[in-house]
Amino acid sequence: MNQSILNVKVWRGTQDGGFVEYKVPRAANQTVLDVVTYIQRKLDPTLSYRFACRVGMCGSCAMTVNGKARWTCRTHVAKIADSDTLEIAPLDNLPIIKDLATDMTEFFDKMSKAVGYFKGEQTRHDDFAKVKPDSEERQLANAGIECIGCGVCYASCEVVSARESYLGPAALNRAWTLVNDERDSQQLDRLRAVAGDAGCHSCHTQGTCSERCPKQIEPTAGIAGLKKIVGRAAVMGSKWGKL
Amino acid sequence: MSQKSTRQLDFRGRAHWSYFAYYLHRISGLLLACFLPLHFFLLSRALNGEAELASYLKLTDFPIFKFGEWALVTLLALHLIGGTRLLVIEFGVWKGLRKAWIQMAVLGSLVCGGLFLILSR
Amino acid sequence: MGQAVSSVAILQAKLWYYQRISAMVLALCVAVHLIIIYIAVQDGLTANEILGRTRGNWAFALFYEIFVLACFVHAPIGLANILRENIQNAFLNRALPLLLAALILILGTMAVIGVVWGQP
Repeated sequence: MNQSILNVKVWRGTQDGGFVEYKVPRAANQTVLDVVTYIQRKLDPTLSYRFACRVGMCGSCAMTVNGKARWTCRTHVAKIADSDTLEIAPLDNLPIIKDLATDMTEFFDKMSKAVGYFKGEQTRHDDFAKVKPDSEERQLANAGIECIGCGVCYASCEVVSARESYLGPAALNRAWTLVNDERDSQQLDRLRAVAGDAGCHSCHTQGTCSERCPKQIEPTAGIAGLKKIVGRAAVMGSKWGKL
Repeated sequence: MSQKSTRQLDFRGRAHWSYFAYYLHRISGLLLACFLPLHFFLLSRALNGEAELASYLKLTDFPIFKFGEWALVTLLALHLIGGTRLLVIEFGVWKGLRKAWIQMAVLGSLVCGGLFLILSR
Repeated sequence: MGQAVSSVAILQAKLWYYQRISAMVLALCVAVHLIIIYIAVQDGLTANEILGRTRGNWAFALFYEIFVLACFVHAPIGLANILRENIQNAFLNRALPLLLAALILILGTMAVIGVVWGQP
C-alpha cells in the first residue's frame, strides 16, 4: 500500500449518520487533529468539529479515535494508525449535534448535580484558611483537581451508557476533591448528591476512565473513596452528620 | 434537538485488564448465584435421610456434572480473588487498579481448579 | 433534588455497604469452604461419607449457616445491579432478586439442617 496516504473514516451526520471515507496525505508528526482539519479545509468544508488550543490544554478536541476517546491534538497518527487506516467518531455517551461535535450539556449538568462546585463560609473579612499542603485530605484532593472537563472519561464509561442518571467519573472526581476540601461547607448535601445508583455506588471499577484520562487523573480512586465515606455515612453517619 | 448517540461503546476502548476483571467477576457471580439454589436443594435432601441424599447424588454421576464441579470451583476461586481485589480498592489505600491482582485471580483460579481435578481422581 | 430522591439513594448506599460487608464475611467463608472441599473430595463424596462428617457437627452448622446468611445478603444485591443495567422491566428487577434471596435463605437453611440434623 502507498505509505503516504491515510484512509480516514469520519462519522458524518447525527446518531443516524455513518462513516464517510476520505484520503488524507500523511505528514511527519501529524496529529489526528491535523487530519480532521485537513479534511475540513481541503476536502469537505461541511465537516463540523471542535478544537481550540490545539496544544493539549483545553480538552475541546476530544473525539473517539479507533474506538478510544482521546484528545486529537495530542494523538500522533504514527502511533495509532495500523495499516494506514483511521476511524474518527464523536465522543460516545453524548448526543451528537453534528458529525464530530457532541452536546456537552448533560456532562456539565451532572457536575452541578454532584455538587461539584465550591462554597465556603468565610468572607474577605476573615483570615486566610490555613490548609496544610501535606495533609492526607489535601493530597487526595490535589490528585484530582487538574480536571479540565474534557469528557473523555465520561465518554469511555460503560456505566454511563447503561444508566441514564449516572453522574459519571468527572463529576464524581470533582465531588471527591471537594469532599476533601476542609473549607467547603456543603459536605452533607454533596454526600447525599453522590449516594446511590445515580452516584458513586454504581461504579463497577471497570477503570476505563483512569486508563483514558489525558491528564492521568484516576477517577476510580476518587469514586472508591466516595463509596466508602458515603456508604458508611448512610449506615452510621459521618463527621458532618447523618445522611 | 440533538439526539443521543445510538452507537454502542466500542470494544476497543474496553480492551484492558481492569475491564476484563469486571467482566469475569460479573459472569462468575451470575453463574454462582444461579448454581447456589440447586446446590442447596440437593444437600437439603439429607433432611429425609442418607438414602434420599444418596439417590439424588446419583443423578450427578455424569461427566457433565464433573465438568460443572470443576467449573464451579474455578469460578468460585476467581470470584473470591477478584472480589478481594475490589475490597482492597474500595476499603484500602489507593495503589492503582491493582492489575497484578487480576493476573493472580486468573492464575489462582486455574490452580484451584486444577487442584480440584487432581484431588478428585 | 428532593427528599424522595435522597431516600432512594440512601437506601442504595446502605445496600452497597451491606453487600461489601457480606463480601468480607464470604471471603473468609469461601476460603475455608475451598479447603473443606479439597479435604472432602479426597475423603469421599458418597452420601454416607458426607454425612459421616457433618452429622451432629454443631461447629459445621454454625459456620455454614453464617455462610448461608452472607450469601443471602450478597448475591441478591449483586443480581439486582446486573438486572437494573440490562433489563428495563420494573417488576422483574424487584421480583428476581427477592426470589433469589428467598431461595438462598430457605433452601440454604434446609441444607444446613438436613446435613447436620436430618433423619438417619
